[in-house]
Amino acid sequence: MNYLATVLMLAIATALINNMVFHFFVGCCPFIGVSRKLDMAFGMGAAVTFVVSIAALLSWTFTYFILAPGAPLTTWLWRLLRPGSTAVVDLSILNYLVYIFVIAWAVQLVEMYVRKFFPALYKAFGVFLPLITTNCVILFTCLEIMKHVGPVPGSVPDPWGLDKALIYALFAGIGFLLAIVIMAGLREELEHCDVPASLRGPGITLVIAGILALAFLGFTGMDSSLARRLVPTAAPAAAPSAASAERPS
Amino acid sequence: MTSSASAPPTGGTTATAAARPREPRLTVAPGPHIADRSLTTQRMMADVLLALLPLVAVAIAQFRQYALFQIAVATSAAVIAEWVFARMRGRPATLWDGSAAVTGLILALSLPATAPWYSGAVGAIVAIGVGKAMFGGLGQNLFNPAMVGRAFAMIAFPAALGATAYVNPTLGLDALSGATPLTALKMSGNVTPVLPLVLGMTNGAIGETSALASILGGLYLCARRTASWEIPAGSIAALLIATGLPALVRGVSGWSPLHDLCAGAFLYGAFFIATDPVTSPLTPNGKWIFGIGYGLLVLMIRRLSGYPEGVMFAVLIMNALVPLINRATIPVPVGGPVPSPK
Repeated sequence: MNYLATVLMLAIATALINNMVFHFFVGCCPFIGVSRKLDMAFGMGAAVTFVVSIAALLSWTFTYFILAPGAPLTTWLWRLLRPGSTAVVDLSILNYLVYIFVIAWAVQLVEMYVRKFFPALYKAFGVFLPLITTNCVILFTCLEIMKHVGPVPGSVPDPWGLDKALIYALFAGIGFLLAIVIMAGLREELEHCDVPASLRGPGITLVIAGILALAFLGFTGMDSSLARRLVPTAAPAAAPSAASAERPS
Repeated sequence: MTSSASAPPTGGTTATAAARPREPRLTVAPGPHIADRSLTTQRMMADVLLALLPLVAVAIAQFRQYALFQIAVATSAAVIAEWVFARMRGRPATLWDGSAAVTGLILALSLPATAPWYSGAVGAIVAIGVGKAMFGGLGQNLFNPAMVGRAFAMIAFPAALGATAYVNPTLGLDALSGATPLTALKMSGNVTPVLPLVLGMTNGAIGETSALASILGGLYLCARRTASWEIPAGSIAALLIATGLPALVRGVSGWSPLHDLCAGAFLYGAFFIATDPVTSPLTPNGKWIFGIGYGLLVLMIRRLSGYPEGVMFAVLIMNALVPLINRATIPVPVGGPVPSPK
């Protein structure tokens, strides 16, 4: 029950409260570029959700075993080369590079799959499918997970296992899917509106995103109080929203 | 829609028609050819203003000059903003249909009596400018303008509009300087009796205090068909079922489902804000979904989030879902579904 509460809390905090688009304002390029039609927006959201989950799985594994300070695999290799060394091996300088590679690989996988099984969707996506590689939602999620990976106990304040990292990534993707589908519905309606010429397209889309961000503020604090209801002893300090509430610089 | 009224009189052509052989005149126009002329924007807005009268009366009886001040500031700011923005876009200002006044009045009634003048004014300007003019004016806004303005003002001036603003010992109205019923519940677990909630003898936003006034005005709106009855019915049913079932199982102690119904802006929102015909679904089934979603979201935000009241957020979120609801509830015509064009 405690674990379930943690999962629920993480899910709500990631998908609704700290929604990737409405809270962190990452992933705005596909959010504006592909939100013109509902089915395309849904496809994009689903593709991002899939890619972000794969990327999280791989990046957590790489970070935990190879990149983080004191990672077991790297340390073992280092001890093999330099027997008797007690230095802490830290490859986290390579984080960005590895994440970009991992994301590019996952996107390639999705592209091959979509091309084979959904040719119409593949055509509709056009350049936006390979551009998922540069979708900041995915890199942002990887970096957020990186903050919570520490093989050495006590090296990070709130260490996540692979399960939490995957749940975080899945619901980050679902939050993005939610945002882009809502936006696509609104934009289809917007076709009938007499929007000022200077605001048409991205302008009014960003205005709507701002209004939606205001609306989503209503969910603030929902995760910790839900957890408190499920598990009366759950400490509110463990809320992941508090840990990930800082905005990216 | 005013083109028929302002069309040039045809008297000039009949004078010359006697001299020339009469040409057959065929007027071709797209349908609908029969329109109910009584259901104009003006009439609907007049209905809303009339239905809001009980709320205004309670507000003035309750908060006296403070209520008058809020209403005057927000309404006049909304009307002036409407004129300015319409001029900026080179569109005829739709002042006389009263839609801007209704937006301003609904915004004013959702503000606490102690809110400073600039919060109402900024809220009204944002409501008309961002909530309405940017989307192309009357009838084209995707979100309820008054709630967009209020959300903006609430985030811009959190201290002035938040729950703390209700607690003002310098107001001079001793009976009303306490916290709102919902804030009292959230902060200290105090339960306000039901009767003051129904009559409106509590603190809160100036228009939300009396459940009775909201119901009176709302029933008038529904009877006049200006508001669709499905939305308030759906939301009230959802709220009562969602709070009533646990109450049946666990028994009522203190805060009852009736409290949830009457406290805060729930009824005001259900009857006056959620029923805005522009930003609510078109189909009857969609209206039910909209109402139920509104009721459940209000309840969820009240119980779980950091805010004591969730009407504004619930309306904005449901507004955002309206295109999806519309699309999902397209009624099937008699004789089977329409084949898709492709």
